Amino acid sequence: MTLELRGITKQFPGVLANDDVNLSASEGEIVALLGENGAGKTTLMNILYGLYTPTAGEVIVDGKALVLESPADAIDAGIGMVHQHFMLVPVFTVAENVVLGDEPTKRMGWLDSRRAKKTVTDISGRYGLDVDPDAIVEDLPVGFQQRVEIIKVLAREARFLVFDEPTSVLTPPEVERFFEIVNGLKADGKGIIFISHKLGEALEIADRIVIMRRGKTVAEVNPRDVDEPKLAELMVGRPVDLVVNRTESDPGDVVLSVNDLTVLDDRGRNAVDRLSIEVRAGEIVGIAGVQGNGQTELVESLTGMRPSLGGVVRLKGLDVTSKSPRAIHNLDVAHVPEDRQKSGLVLQFTVTENIVLDSYHQAPISRGVRMDWGQATDRALRLVEEYDVRTPSTEVKVSTLSGGNQQKVIVAREFDRDVTLVIASQPTRGIDVGSIEYIHSRIVEERDAGAAVLIVSSELDEIMALSDRILVMYEGRVVAEFDGSASTTDIGLAMLGSRPDEEAS
Amino acid sequence: MSDAEMPQEPPAEPGIPEGEPPEDRASSEMYRRVTGIGTSAGRAMVVPALAVLTALIIGAFIIAVTDVDTLSVWGDDPAEAFRLTVSGIFDAYRALLVGSVGSLDAISETLFAAAPMILAGLAVAVGFQAGLFNIGVNGQMHIGGMAALWVGFTFAIPAVFHVPLVIAAAIAGGALWAALAGFLKARTGAHEVITTIMLNFIALFLVDYLLKSSLFQAPGRNDPISQPANPTSVFVTLFSDYRLNIGFIVALLAVAFVWWLMYRTTIGFEFRAVGYSPSGGRYAGMSVAWVYVSVMAVSGALAGIAGANQVVGLEPYRGISNFAGNVGFDAIALALLGRSHPVGVLFAGLLFGGLRAGGREMQGAAGIPIDLVLVLQALIIVMIAAPELVRAIYRVKTPDQEITTVTSTGWGA
Repeated sequence: MTLELRGITKQFPGVLANDDVNLSASEGEIVALLGENGAGKTTLMNILYGLYTPTAGEVIVDGKALVLESPADAIDAGIGMVHQHFMLVPVFTVAENVVLGDEPTKRMGWLDSRRAKKTVTDISGRYGLDVDPDAIVEDLPVGFQQRVEIIKVLAREARFLVFDEPTSVLTPPEVERFFEIVNGLKADGKGIIFISHKLGEALEIADRIVIMRRGKTVAEVNPRDVDEPKLAELMVGRPVDLVVNRTESDPGDVVLSVNDLTVLDDRGRNAVDRLSIEVRAGEIVGIAGVQGNGQTELVESLTGMRPSLGGVVRLKGLDVTSKSPRAIHNLDVAHVPEDRQKSGLVLQFTVTENIVLDSYHQAPISRGVRMDWGQATDRALRLVEEYDVRTPSTEVKVSTLSGGNQQKVIVAREFDRDVTLVIASQPTRGIDVGSIEYIHSRIVEERDAGAAVLIVSSELDEIMALSDRILVMYEGRVVAEFDGSASTTDIGLAMLGSRPDEEAS
Repeated sequence: MSDAEMPQEPPAEPGIPEGEPPEDRASSEMYRRVTGIGTSAGRAMVVPALAVLTALIIGAFIIAVTDVDTLSVWGDDPAEAFRLTVSGIFDAYRALLVGSVGSLDAISETLFAAAPMILAGLAVAVGFQAGLFNIGVNGQMHIGGMAALWVGFTFAIPAVFHVPLVIAAAIAGGALWAALAGFLKARTGAHEVITTIMLNFIALFLVDYLLKSSLFQAPGRNDPISQPANPTSVFVTLFSDYRLNIGFIVALLAVAFVWWLMYRTTIGFEFRAVGYSPSGGRYAGMSVAWVYVSVMAVSGALAGIAGANQVVGLEPYRGISNFAGNVGFDAIALALLGRSHPVGVLFAGLLFGGLRAGGREMQGAAGIPIDLVLVLQALIIVMIAAPELVRAIYRVKTPDQEITTVTSTGWGA
């Protein structure tokens, strides 16, 4: 029993997304598909799942070539997919979600909820998933929602499971638990394709690693024969420096001080709950934590995008609590926002327009109400050069750039002045290794030039690599503080809300 | 949509990150495709041009099947019936062409009819550019027109001062009326589609009330009709013997002004940034509330001038009930056809003006009801609103950057 993708080519207008790609997975085998964003992994999986028709090549299951025209065909062939973004109805129960689209019915079309629950209980018991069929999905932690997705796939009798970046939403302990589940599936004879851009995870879980670059499968390796630097090199196509080079920090005066800050989220709950932090000039403070513990609201509040309910924020002693984004920007605060496509950029604007997005109202970019596009273009050309933004021209829409280059546009715009405070939220989410390297080194440069830096990231690796001090946020508060050399395990535990000192006693 | 061969797959360009686009991007993408904002000029013209062509072809069928006399001939003599049908269609469209561009008078009539349409179309287009759907052009025309009228019959000063003063009054009236909707949106989040429609009704009945009040009503009249504007205040004709007046020049100036405002000023930059991405604009330090209010004010100002054109640009230079007519609603069609670009709106306005002027000739010379013009307009709009339909008919490739997602929530707000 094998699943094989043979010679898959997919041509989009102007882009060859997949070029003669070969990939196979057998019964009881975990194959990791590694590649940077834009390498063609998702296109390949969409072909496998019947969403795209390949230009050439075929999908073969048990020696038979299949024509997959829709996800239904893929499901019939025993292929199941667990997407990066869960496809669940939040207000439905686990059982309802699992049977959705394939509901067991009694006479007259009544839903057979007893049978639906039994399906969930059976599968959950068999693989030790520990999921309650009556739980409402939106009440479940993300790790459990993922298990619901797995049950959904298994309920449709999938023999091959494809996981698309499954660990990106999980905490380190949840990742461990997830790997146990995947190994259980493997032991039961399922074939598994694990898509990731995280090298360590591929090394840990996979029996075989297939590496894609620019639409091609460039290598197939045995995890026992390689290490992370080697994998990174295969993925990027050149040797990569995985360690951020930085010297000891030399903290100066307090630049940002936050006292008892309370901020509401969109649902009116205390997302940030009497939180206090300090960031000094010349140090990088990293805020670790599982997403959704108030980091977003904290950053939005600090940058003026969200009003605060209580507490005081001071910038170099100046009270900036609930000041407008522009007022805070004018105090030389650089802000790299969490969602670059929604907030950081206007996607339909050109690179030039995005470069002047926050300075359009000042000379020399404008005089009175008149924009000086000559000046704007000059600045854009200079920054594109200086920050190594790969773009055919400054007049193309920024949406046509890769994620890494989009992020460089933001970093260029924000860092192109004397910055006293950098607030960067998920600064390298979903971008290529080369750009990550570059942006990290720029952040460290800002620190060395004397700026205070606050980094928020759900990628613990990133926090560990950059931070001089690490704060862990849980349910709107800082629950633990570590220095830069703390262990992943301790931080991981703190991310789940347990305080290391409490456990010791 | 099940046809896997349709050229609609989202291309996995290196630029577009993997994974799905966030939902608001998907819906605004739909909005963008309908309004045409953000597409390059050459590409933006393809669909409108094909839409007009398609409308004319379908219009030909309608002419054929509504010609009852000829239909009865089909049974007896199909060849003769075919000849009659073809010549009927030919006559109708020839009359349409002759009536719109066939003579100096026809051209004058076309431009005369185009002037208020261009102004009103610009009003809607400015809104679209900033992500707002101003359906209230009709109401803003009424208020602007009434302000113009009052200035027109109250003062008696030389035309050089009077006409600009009339236009200024129209701008003020329209801008204030529209800014109200902008203010409500900025302050309370009330959707501008709802508030502007409601303000249309308020304006309509306010006009009726005012026309019967002593402030406006013509002396000795009982019906809602105003005193005439003083001759010094009316839009003078450009050439004797032709109806074309300076309203068209004003419309051309407005096209240039809107282009300059949107693409050459910081104000337009803010309008467009907020229009594409309110959160992006907010992040960049723009006041989204201010943008909503000022966009509506600019939009309403343009509508107000269009309203002035309906009273001081049109004999007998009096205000009557519902003097704005349908122009405020045709304006939405115009902005869509012109892809919300000022130059596009200019051409769309000329086209619709030509249809109006030609429609009268078509009715007179070929006996085709002028309603066919409305049908043609409606067909054009349907084609514009369903660009995939046009592309499928003519097998035009879907532009690379467009993501085909059917999860639109509507107005793109």
